[in-house]
Parts: sequence; structure tokens; C-alpha cells
Amino acid sequence: MQTPTELKYAKTHEWLGDDGTVGISDFAQDQLGDVVYVELPEVGRAVTAGESVAVVESVKTASDIYAPASGTIVAVNDALSGSPELVNSGPYEDGWLFRIENPEPADDLLSAEEYAASAQ
Amino acid sequence: MTQATETALKRTPLHAAHLRAGARMVPFGGWEMPVQYAGVKAEHDAVRSRAGVFDVSHMGEFRVSGPDAERFLQHVTTNDVMKLKPGRAQYNWLPNETGGLVDDIYIYRVGEQEFLLVVNASNIGKDWAHLQTQAAGYDVRLTDESDRWGLLAVQGPQAEALLQPHIRVDLAAKKKNAYFPAELFGFDVHLARTGYTGEDGFEVFTDASEAETIWDKLLAVGFTPAGLGARDTLRLEAGFPLYGHEFAEDLHPLASTYSWVVKDKAHLGREHISLAPPVRLIGLALERVPVREGYPVLLNGEPVGHVTSGTSSPTLGHPIAMALVRGDASTADAYEVEVRGKAHPARRVELPFYRR
Repeated sequence: MQTPTELKYAKTHEWLGDDGTVGISDFAQDQLGDVVYVELPEVGRAVTAGESVAVVESVKTASDIYAPASGTIVAVNDALSGSPELVNSGPYEDGWLFRIENPEPADDLLSAEEYAASAQ
Repeated sequence: MTQATETALKRTPLHAAHLRAGARMVPFGGWEMPVQYAGVKAEHDAVRSRAGVFDVSHMGEFRVSGPDAERFLQHVTTNDVMKLKPGRAQYNWLPNETGGLVDDIYIYRVGEQEFLLVVNASNIGKDWAHLQTQAAGYDVRLTDESDRWGLLAVQGPQAEALLQPHIRVDLAAKKKNAYFPAELFGFDVHLARTGYTGEDGFEVFTDASEAETIWDKLLAVGFTPAGLGARDTLRLEAGFPLYGHEFAEDLHPLASTYSWVVKDKAHLGREHISLAPPVRLIGLALERVPVREGYPVLLNGEPVGHVTSGTSSPTLGHPIAMALVRGDASTADAYEVEVRGKAHPARRVELPFYRR
């Protein structure tokens, strides 16, 4: 299970990069199984940390994705509309979900070490 | 997302084998069951293109025997048990007094006065109590053999070819719904040419103590282990109803596409079942957004029903769903399904979505 140390993690399995990029963890994509559809927020939307802003759907289930930081959505990963499986194959790379400008991280984000321990 | 290792859940005789095969175990109807091994899509594709094996040992088995066995079953089911010959299997329904559905079941006729009923795992207790009550006045013996049996479903276009070298029965001679004893890998089992995937295949009744050995041998000869996730996508593509989704105690059984299961005969609840159903089960195809159980179905912007089962079809490559809609709104070509507050177009398609 990969848990890059340069990222912060929410208990709800989203990761947050320093530049505001958000995705779901390797653990989360593995638990979800084959991702078949991703519903992304609109660019320009102001979001609050903890707010449900996207949905990742696997064959079996739909899972809400919560913003790990407050701020404004400035980009979404358009590649996911044609290739949602990128979330499975590269959760920290090509499978990123959206980017928040000037992100104000939630207070309760976890370090990689803390997240890896909690997500076992 | 939850981790499922609750101790109160029941385990099948194959529990250790599932863990060895890398299964993700989840709670299902009171049982701890494998939802997937390698992945739902890979297992689904294996069954459609080659052959897979499912553990369905959680399902219940009741033996019904005695001089009144046939007459009793004729009373408590909607299909015609008198047409069921020894060595044959029949899909059937257990109605209640008011025409609702207690369960959908399979009946295997072992002999003139002996039948085996296979019932849904989550309904074992309810079905048993119902049959006990209804048996009053009949010279019939009911035995709950659910713990005695392991049950494996081997399914897929190569199921027969993979089994044949290891079984002392000519499988080609056994047609759909045949039920027969056999020696498989040297073990005494019963097989039925039945299944729940829309593919050819067999269900193998084993002694519970021998199920694990037989499972391991099936994997060794080429069957892919397949979990409940693939079982659900396969059955949905095949248009098979699932109790608790397309069927329920308070739901008129004729709403489904399986109304042929109700025959013109005297049986429990019959006077209610002959009434016209207020809702109909239809198939829907969508372009991209998967729809799930409970999502509203709209016709011309007006709610007319709800989705009962939905998934993204691995074989067809787009989302599919079954939905119950008002009878007077069940023949349109185009509907919408509301997903998180937004309406998405869905077209009505004939069931099943996939036919072998």
C-alpha cells in the first residue's frame, strides 16, 4: 500500500498536496475496486473543508469525496471522464481528482504515517 | 468503507479457502462472504469468457419428504410441482397468504416423495418457520440440512469441458435443470445444471466437510474464484431478480418479468396474485452515470418509480438497471433517473440485458 510522505490525508481517505491537488488514497482505491465513473465539482466553486464535493463510483457502490481543504476549485481532472480507471492505476498521479486554490487544510488531516496506521 | 471481521457472522466451510485465495470478506445476509478476489470486473469477465466458481454454501437447503410431499409443495409454491420429474430442478416462488413473496427458491426433485429446496441465505429462518406452519395437516417431513451442505456454483462457457475429465457422468447428456448424483474428484456429490449468471454451468452439492478439498481441486483445474460482486453484476446483466431488491414480501410478484412462475393452480395466496399488479419491472440502459437501488425514475419529469438494482455492466460497457415503475408508466421508451438531484436520460430495454 503506497502512502507518499509529502501528502496529507483525511480520515475519509482523500489526500491533499501542497499545491492543493486532491485525490483518493491507494488504500481507498483498492477498497473501492474497479472505478467506473467519477463526478467532479465545477471549476470556480468555493468549497469548505469536510464538504462533499465529488463522487467516485465503482462497479458496486458510489462513494462521496470530501474536500480536505477550504478554497476554490481551480481545476478538475478531465481525463477521468473517459478513463475513470486512472483512479485505480495511479491514485497519486494520473488519477488525481481536482485542485483547490490557496487551500486552507482541515485541522484534522493526518500525516502519511498516521494515515497508514489508521487505514490498515 | 468498513472493514468486515465481525465475529457474529456465520462462515461457510470455505472460509479458510477464501482467505487463501486473497478474498475481501464482507457481511452478507448474516454471513461473512467473499465479495471479490482479484476484482469484480476480472471475475465477471472470467465467467463470461471461460469459467468461474462461486461459494454459495450460505444458501439454505431444506429436505421435504413423505407421502404428501408433492401435494404440500403444490400448496406452498406458485409453479407446478406436479410437472417436476425426479432428477429435475425447477425455479419456484413461496407466496404468503396475501400474495406477497416469502422467497424465491429452487426445488430439486430427488424422488417421487422427496424434494430438496434451496432458499436464499438471508431468508432461511423465515422460510423454515413459514413452511413449518403451512405443513400442518400434511403427512410430510421437513429437515433443515443447511449446515450439512457445501454448495459451489461452477459457471461459464468452459464449465462443462473443465469438469468432464474429473467426473464419472456424461455431462453433455445432462440438459438444463438436470439434477443428478455423481462422483467428482472421487467425492460423492450431486450436481444440477443450473446457475445465476446467465451462463451454462452447474451447481455442486457437496458434503460440508469435503467442500474445501473440492474447491481447491476446481481452482487447480482452471476455475477462477469469483465473489459476490461478480455474482451480482452477472445476475443483473442476465436480468435475474434478487430477493430484497426486485422481490419483497409486500411486493406483488407479477410485477416482475417472471410471472410465468405463477401457474394456474390452487395455492396459498392465489386469489391475491390473480389481481393486476400496480407496478412493473423494467430494464433501463444509461450512457455513463451508474444508478443505484432507490434512485427515483422519472417519466416526463414526474416520479413514476425507483431503481431496484443498478451497476455498470462489465460486458456491455455502460450502466444498466432494473426499476419498478407504475404499471401505466411502464411502456415508455425513454425515462430519466435522478442521480444526486440531477436527471439523467435512460432508455427502456428488454430484459435480459445480456443473453448467452
